[in-house]
Amino acid sequence: MTVQQSDLKLDGNAIAGLLREIFTMEMTTAESTCAGCHKVHAVGQVEVYMNAPGVVVRCPACGQVQMRIVKGGGRYWLDLTGIRSLEFSA
Amino acid sequence: MARTAVLGRLNWQLGNVAELVQETPRVASLVFDVPAWPGHLAGQHVDVRLTADDGYQAERSYSIASAPEDPRLAITVERLDDGEVSPYLVGEVRKGDKIELRGPIGGYFVWRGGDDRPLLLVAGGSGIVPLMAMIRHRTAGKSTTATKLLYSSRSEDDIIYKAELDALAAVGDGLTVAHCLTRTQPPGWRGYARRIDRAMLEEVAWPKAQNPIIFVCGPTPMVEAVAGHLVDMGFDAASIKTERFGPTGG
Amino acid sequence: MSFISRGFRGKRRDTASSSRVPPGQYVVNDFPVLSAGPTPRVALSEWTFVVEGEIDEPKKWTWEEFRKLPAEEVTKDIHCVTKWTKLDTAWKGVSVDTILEGVETAAEFVMAFSYGGYTTNLPLEDVTGGKAWVAYEFDGQPLHPQHGGPARLLVPHLYFWKSAKWVRGLRLLKEDQPGFWESNGYNMYGDPWREQRYWGD
Repeated sequence: MTVQQSDLKLDGNAIAGLLREIFTMEMTTAESTCAGCHKVHAVGQVEVYMNAPGVVVRCPACGQVQMRIVKGGGRYWLDLTGIRSLEFSA
Repeated sequence: MARTAVLGRLNWQLGNVAELVQETPRVASLVFDVPAWPGHLAGQHVDVRLTADDGYQAERSYSIASAPEDPRLAITVERLDDGEVSPYLVGEVRKGDKIELRGPIGGYFVWRGGDDRPLLLVAGGSGIVPLMAMIRHRTAGKSTTATKLLYSSRSEDDIIYKAELDALAAVGDGLTVAHCLTRTQPPGWRGYARRIDRAMLEEVAWPKAQNPIIFVCGPTPMVEAVAGHLVDMGFDAASIKTERFGPTGG
Repeated sequence: MSFISRGFRGKRRDTASSSRVPPGQYVVNDFPVLSAGPTPRVALSEWTFVVEGEIDEPKKWTWEEFRKLPAEEVTKDIHCVTKWTKLDTAWKGVSVDTILEGVETAAEFVMAFSYGGYTTNLPLEDVTGGKAWVAYEFDGQPLHPQHGGPARLLVPHLYFWKSAKWVRGLRLLKEDQPGFWESNGYNMYGDPWREQRYWGD
């Protein structure tokens, strides 16, 4: 099975506004350690799929889902289980 | 590690359309007066929200084209024929209209200037917009940061900000601009006439030893190809910042 | 109430109430592509479809074998949770009733799973009795990878996130378990006529 790159794929810059709603901080410079492959990437560099019922963030190295964000019905649902650790300035 | 700033809640504000500038047949800039605009960094963007009278809403992000030093806020929008928002912004919006926007947003893809490192800017199509904010910031600050722009467009008519880029490059203060036209070229064209590839980057880019900061912006396939070449050429991945543009309307 | 943008209409959408359009939906004429990840490209020579889980003997078909199963052509309305509805979509595929023929199971639920890792859960009775297909043609053409080809699940009476793209099997389960979206905000069942979009709806 081969995977087509580039379809509808953006990067963390595309969800900077959404992340700012949730974290109340600028998050694209935060560094995320993938729970799967343990590689570290700036959130601005992660793969983002937004044309979906929610936002799906994937590790640019291994493709594993790092975050899922759903906003609807007056609520957010945030799954960060694909991130081992998120580091950002105090 | 880069600094993040605690900024608090992002609120929607109304920008007043002060001016419309047709940049190319399909691209226009909207220049806003935004009361209480907090200022921005070159490379940041705004989210724009449109609301129809039945309550239907659409949101899109647009890079800020204006320099931080400019009192007015400008975005530059490419009209996509099957788009939902861009045909409204480029075609329907008039001077005096108000547009809901929030920002500035972003922190990863920004250039503050003020250090010694030369800049390499690689743009594909409308990816030029945030890089133009960087170039305008450089000019406004009278910086002499050595800067190379490699800018890919479909044809000469599609080059956004062409006159301004020609004028800035002619000043001779350390900015050079190389264009590549991928679909059609005018007679006598002496610039590049193909998609950006490794050979082109080898000719244009700074030597590794100069430790440039690199910004690449455009459609996803172009950004990934260029970033891949730059890494293969030995540039440190941490020095290469990328921003992918693409469709976000669901 | 939000600021209204003068002259903005957005996509052409028909929000006129119609017995065919569930609450909160609007009708589109194109076919939007939604995706949670890269489009898997599956070679037909590698493609398989399985039924496993609460079953004595798992079943498995290659593409050739699957294409020999009796297929049906159906025309259905489809409803995406992102609010678009598309009327009269034409599909060809194998009924899930055919796929489950002869299967004895105590399972009451299924998890559909796909190339690329997507999953979605459904009650078994919502994929049987002529309500669901594994579809490999859309509009008379082989299903394009962007829309889930080689084959996708088609369950038109529920929100379209349940119609798993790139489907490669059904796992029979005794208890309901949340799939990819159901575990992060989306409704376990997803009936568009009762607007069951999110948890608690």
